[in-house]
Amino acid sequence: MTSGAYLDHAATTPMSPAALEAFVAEAQRVGNASSLHSAGRGARRAVEEARESVARSLGARPSEVVFTGGGTEADNLAIKGMFWGRRRGATHRTRVLVSAVEHHAVLDPAFWLAGHAGAEIVLLPVDAEGRLDLEALRAELAAHADEVALVSVMWANNEVGTVQPVREVVRLAHQHGVPVHTDAVQAVGQVEVDFAASGVDAMTVTGHKLGGPLGVGALLARRELELEAVLHGGGQERGVRSGTLDVPAIRAFAVALAEAVEQREVRAKHLATLRDALVAGVRSAAPDAVLRGPDPALAPEERLPGNAHFTFPDAEGDSLLYLLDSAGVQASTGSACQAGVPQPSHVLLAMGVPEAEARGALRFSLGATSTPDDVERLVAALPQVVARAQAAGLVSRTNERGRP
Amino acid sequence: MKVLAAMSGGVDSAVAAALAVEAGHEVVGVHMALSRNRDQFRTGSRGCCSIEDAGDARRAADVLGIPYYVWDLSERFEDTVVADFLAEYEAGRTPNPCVRCNEHIKFEALLDKATALGFDAVATGHYAQVIERPGPDGAVVRELHRSPNAEKDQSYVLAVMGPERLQRAMFPLGGFASKAQVRAEAERRGLSVSAKPDSYDICFVADGDTRGFLRERLGSRPGEVVDVEGNVVGEHDGAYAFTVGQRRGLGLGRPAADGQPRYVVDVQPASNTVVVGPAELLSVDRVAGEKAVWLVPAPDAWADAEVQVRAHGAPVPARVRAAQAAGGGPALEVELTGRPLRGVAAGQSLVVYRGTQVLGQATVSRAWRAASVAA
Repeated sequence: MTSGAYLDHAATTPMSPAALEAFVAEAQRVGNASSLHSAGRGARRAVEEARESVARSLGARPSEVVFTGGGTEADNLAIKGMFWGRRRGATHRTRVLVSAVEHHAVLDPAFWLAGHAGAEIVLLPVDAEGRLDLEALRAELAAHADEVALVSVMWANNEVGTVQPVREVVRLAHQHGVPVHTDAVQAVGQVEVDFAASGVDAMTVTGHKLGGPLGVGALLARRELELEAVLHGGGQERGVRSGTLDVPAIRAFAVALAEAVEQREVRAKHLATLRDALVAGVRSAAPDAVLRGPDPALAPEERLPGNAHFTFPDAEGDSLLYLLDSAGVQASTGSACQAGVPQPSHVLLAMGVPEAEARGALRFSLGATSTPDDVERLVAALPQVVARAQAAGLVSRTNERGRP
Repeated sequence: MKVLAAMSGGVDSAVAAALAVEAGHEVVGVHMALSRNRDQFRTGSRGCCSIEDAGDARRAADVLGIPYYVWDLSERFEDTVVADFLAEYEAGRTPNPCVRCNEHIKFEALLDKATALGFDAVATGHYAQVIERPGPDGAVVRELHRSPNAEKDQSYVLAVMGPERLQRAMFPLGGFASKAQVRAEAERRGLSVSAKPDSYDICFVADGDTRGFLRERLGSRPGEVVDVEGNVVGEHDGAYAFTVGQRRGLGLGRPAADGQPRYVVDVQPASNTVVVGPAELLSVDRVAGEKAVWLVPAPDAWADAEVQVRAHGAPVPARVRAAQAAGGGPALEVELTGRPLRGVAAGQSLVVYRGTQVLGQATVSRAWRAASVAA
């Protein structure tokens, strides 16, 4: 674990000791799960046991688990694979309905399909707290049900932690026979996620957000779902995801997932307590900070327990990030993919946050290893950090007024 | 000191950052994302970024063991440097975007933000020297000087920052006499950018095609090319793309009557006319400058100095004095005391030197030949 307060578990989490042990044990063995000799059989057995474990943890059948190289790959397989699968013999199904607050791993393949495969992307709006506008979905389905290839709405948002009404989405979509994908990468381990009970047709999960290794995840996909392969080759994973299986990662992923699900209720309570302390602390240290997403005091079940997200008026997220980092507090301006070059978050913009305010965003995300000390360290550093960042923001704006 | 090292992804700024670290400063690397130009930067659905350069800067910061951030100044860059570049060409003038970038981006947006965030200085990979001398009342006076590396010297584009910001600027490569030496230093430290080629062109103009860039941004505006008597001798696609002193690319069908080469001697944006004439019309010995910035006390009386009007031009002897622009801003006047200069265009930066020291700079507002005006 890094030194200082690590408040970026939504980016990635430390590997749990049990997962690490499983990873190391498996990495010491040889065996291609597709080989037919005894070493191969050993590897295959480890994969299948992991598959059963993943299925058990998520309320799915083992045959519904397709291992991938992580969440982004699973999202790509879902969006592209379902689009192509649904268009087979039904080329009029061109519309892809996605919420406006999806992760780029969903948005970008969708827009790629628009540019390369004739898809029409419909961005479903959200309210000021990031909740999907179900009426908009209802209206869209009523008007164009025949042309809709799929709907994709995340289980919970990675930036502001809003839990989406996935069951309602499924109910509406299924009325029209439209399949639903959900990206549950942030939700698993924090809120109850049951694949079968949710009714979704495909669901993305990943290892490294819940104490597992990086580079492994899964798409849970119903057997009857029409899904085209994205990666072609040796025909592994029902033929929809070729590639030699990463046995150590898969096994460690299954171990971490089982742990995260078994301990979910206790952990969620711990996270919510810490998160509430963090929210209260930020509010007292920086009274003009604005909490984005559902207020956990009013609607605790509508927000991930480990997530807090604020915008700080007149400050820029990258200044806040740098100043906190130098004070030993590691947070994020949003999703790490955007953190290279800070752009106002599409999630905040979709929630109606003005661009100027969206630039001052910081996300704090807690995980299994978070402690009250982490929160205290943040709260102690924050007043000076915010004052400095606001001074820097003021300089930027003053310079702009003086431009030629 | 807390030092922000501006890291472009090139070898110079990487070595500058390394030297700042080795001097014992607490250094943070910052890469400025400046351009959203599609031809140079891979553009994804999120907009921008110079993936390769930003990656090289990040690797250099990793090797140096310093934190690294990307600051997006592209909007600011577009609104100041690029907008000024277009407006100046449109007005028939010849801008220097690197000077504007130092003025508005590196030593304003970046430096001021860094100061507000608690940094004491910004280090860049420019080739120029800051020499500190004892001033009155025990104060330290900072002087800006040329690099000993004449070929690489960048003092010309730095004077614009003014004396206050010079206090907070750091040029660790100032004493380096050759680029090879800088590359060797990079290699010695295991910086992978040690062999990266130099960049010369204007960073936001893809493949160095300034004319094409101007046409794309300003549109085609066909007009006439005339000689000094007003005879139409050719056509052009937009007077903005021409610069005083230019000889190539005039596209004149017929040679001049006297057979001598013709040059652009005037660009008249109001009538969209390019005037061509013989070389002798380009010769000037008087220059007026506006937006003057002095790094030393402004000379109210004529002072002997040298002036340079191009980044890699030779300095020529002159006398210089501070003046007031018509609008009241700081200006300067120059009389060349040695040989005349050829092809000085409005908009160019004029930098005043004495020996290696930079005294000040201004933007050329007018250049003329005293004798021809008198005649």
